[in-house]
Amino acid sequence: MSTQATASIFARAPAPGFSDPVHNAQSVFRAAMNAMAQPGTIQQLSDLALTPPAPLSVSATALVLTLCDYDTPLWLDADLAANDVVKNYIRFHTAAPFVESPAEASFALVANTKRLPAIASFAAGTSEYPDRSTTIILMVEDLKTGQGVTLQGPGIKTEKQFSVSPTPPVFWQQMQDNSRLFPLGVDVIFASDHQLAGIPRSSQISGLEA
Amino acid sequence: MTASSLKEHSPEVTARQSAMSILTKAPPQDLAVAWANLSYEPEHTVIRPAETGLVMVRGRTGGTGAPFNMCEATITRCVIALEDGTTGFGQALGRDKQKVLRAALVDALWQQPEHRSTIEEKILQPLADLQEQAESKTRAEVAATKVDFFTMVRGE
Repeated sequence: MSTQATASIFARAPAPGFSDPVHNAQSVFRAAMNAMAQPGTIQQLSDLALTPPAPLSVSATALVLTLCDYDTPLWLDADLAANDVVKNYIRFHTAAPFVESPAEASFALVANTKRLPAIASFAAGTSEYPDRSTTIILMVEDLKTGQGVTLQGPGIKTEKQFSVSPTPPVFWQQMQDNSRLFPLGVDVIFASDHQLAGIPRSSQISGLEA
Repeated sequence: MTASSLKEHSPEVTARQSAMSILTKAPPQDLAVAWANLSYEPEHTVIRPAETGLVMVRGRTGGTGAPFNMCEATITRCVIALEDGTTGFGQALGRDKQKVLRAALVDALWQQPEHRSTIEEKILQPLADLQEQAESKTRAEVAATKVDFFTMVRGE
């Protein structure tokens, strides 16, 4: 490693992570767990003094810092993958390896929904190990407006209305295909500024406008 | 890190490694005294708060055998950034958070050309001297108990 390379790596400091790593990570994990256990419900994340580099949002960054470590390959969308500040930040705080192929990822972080590849291109797990699938962390603007769908399935008493914006045009059709793969398939966590919601592979999605 | 990449380290990296090694090995009270002598509290941001964890210590029988996991050791690490973005890393065996924070600050200041000579003179050199003294004391104590075993060579 040359002096110049060393200097450039260490010259710009990454932004701080969690101020209280154990308790912050626990509260974010609880929110993520509840989001998955009760699909479509909105979980609030509060009291996180995170200052992630743009374009990362506080909630998406909190999820990455909580869930990723050196054991979880992380896939970044094309915009994030080209952003060295973001990559240095995530690498410094989580040590997660970055992968080129969505199929190799344990987690995928997508800042721009337009950059979301086909959901089928992510790892859906195998029949022996359905857990070896990708969890997609999708940064969205809000969890109130946008194209609405109806969710049914485990964790939902009758049915649950859910809307999120923005979503790519064919997103919900792909999510329907994804839920047909059960027990295989990917899980999605939507992260707006300070809110989370989850749709696991077990949720049945209906009510799409034709 | 492979052996070949270790060899490629520039003098700058080697010098920083030996500075960090002195900080890591220094007893907390010695570092506290040296830090107080510096009487300088730089503005800094903690980017990774001091945290205690475990590392696996691996060994090789006789230095050449197959590696095996020997034990886990408690370490504490901390990373800070000075105002100009210089990052300082501190880590040491044990759970003394104050010590690794000071070690990280010293490491960051050492990287700044305007502070390096002061740090070398007021912190690193005194600590290195203390470590050298402690080591030669141990060596002398061990040498005093040395026993030479003689066996008669049988005339076969």
